[in-house]
Amino acid sequence: MDAPERTTPDRTPVQRLVGALRPRASRGQLLGGLLCGVLGFALVVQVQQTQGAELDSLRESDLIRILDDVSERTERLESEAARLSATREELLTSSNAAQAAQEAAQERVDVLAILAGTAPATGPGVRLTISDADARLGAAVLLDAVQELRDAGAEAISVDDVRVVASTAFVDTAEGITVDGQLVDSPYVFLAIGDPQTMSTALDIPGGVLRTVRQREGIASAEELDEVVVDALRVPSEPEYARPAEPETPAP
Amino acid sequence: MIAGIGLVVGIVLGLLLQPTVPPALQPYLPIAVVAALDAVFGGLRAVLDGIFDDRVFVVSFLSNVVVAGLVVYLGDQLGVGAQLSTGVVVVLGIRIFSNAAAIRRHVFKA
Repeated sequence: MDAPERTTPDRTPVQRLVGALRPRASRGQLLGGLLCGVLGFALVVQVQQTQGAELDSLRESDLIRILDDVSERTERLESEAARLSATREELLTSSNAAQAAQEAAQERVDVLAILAGTAPATGPGVRLTISDADARLGAAVLLDAVQELRDAGAEAISVDDVRVVASTAFVDTAEGITVDGQLVDSPYVFLAIGDPQTMSTALDIPGGVLRTVRQREGIASAEELDEVVVDALRVPSEPEYARPAEPETPAP
Repeated sequence: MIAGIGLVVGIVLGLLLQPTVPPALQPYLPIAVVAALDAVFGGLRAVLDGIFDDRVFVVSFLSNVVVAGLVVYLGDQLGVGAQLSTGVVVVLGIRIFSNAAAIRRHVFKA
């Protein structure tokens, strides 16, 4: 400040300040007051501008940076959204696949239950009745009958009250014929589910079961039925040694 | 005294009128305000030093504002507006601090 000395040097700064505060209506004082007024005005305006507007007061470069930030963020969010919807698709398809697999498994369980004789079965079939009052027929004849029925496509067979499955055995004993250890009496009633015509034809062929029984003076008859109910059940025995092996490829 | 009254009147006017800054002036107003603040602190220090002069105050005030605005304008034209504004604010801030320190020494003797 190259201003000339205008105040006496013996006054303290505080006294000078008080002196300056004394209003003197000189042109310079008024101009200074005006400038201070402009400063206060501009200060307040700028503060309000800064508080009010966030974007309009920014420079071009700042705006570009903000725009870049926003687009980058948009891209990030879009890729995240794509990733999440892909995951969702995946989960939906896998749950569908799991349901389909469960349905397929249930179908197989039903089929296997009929094969294993653990579930009752119904459908068209034949009833084969073999009467042998004089006990001239052996277990072999009954086994032949079962084989004939199987050859003709029987899907579920029972003899009297015994379900015939893969392990069923016909044994001649002193008391009579046992099927899986259970004594059966004449007349032996076979119930078989399958194509009725095929089965009755197969039973009736020359050298077939019916002819064989009649040759030995027994009475045998087969009738085709629209509905046969095989409700004799076999209790599955828990395998003592065999365990299910892990399949090499998982079931679908 | 008149300067203090002027400051108060300006603040009140700004609060009452709530004008919007024209877009052309927007980059320069903040710098101009900081430059004017520097001039005001310089003037206050001059008062305490006993060398205050109305004419010097007016000229330094106006020249501060104009030069600050010019520097920012030039920076904008050169493509370094943001950096130059920061530089101007830093320099003016340093000056304001040194003036405030001188004022403090006068008033509190410390």
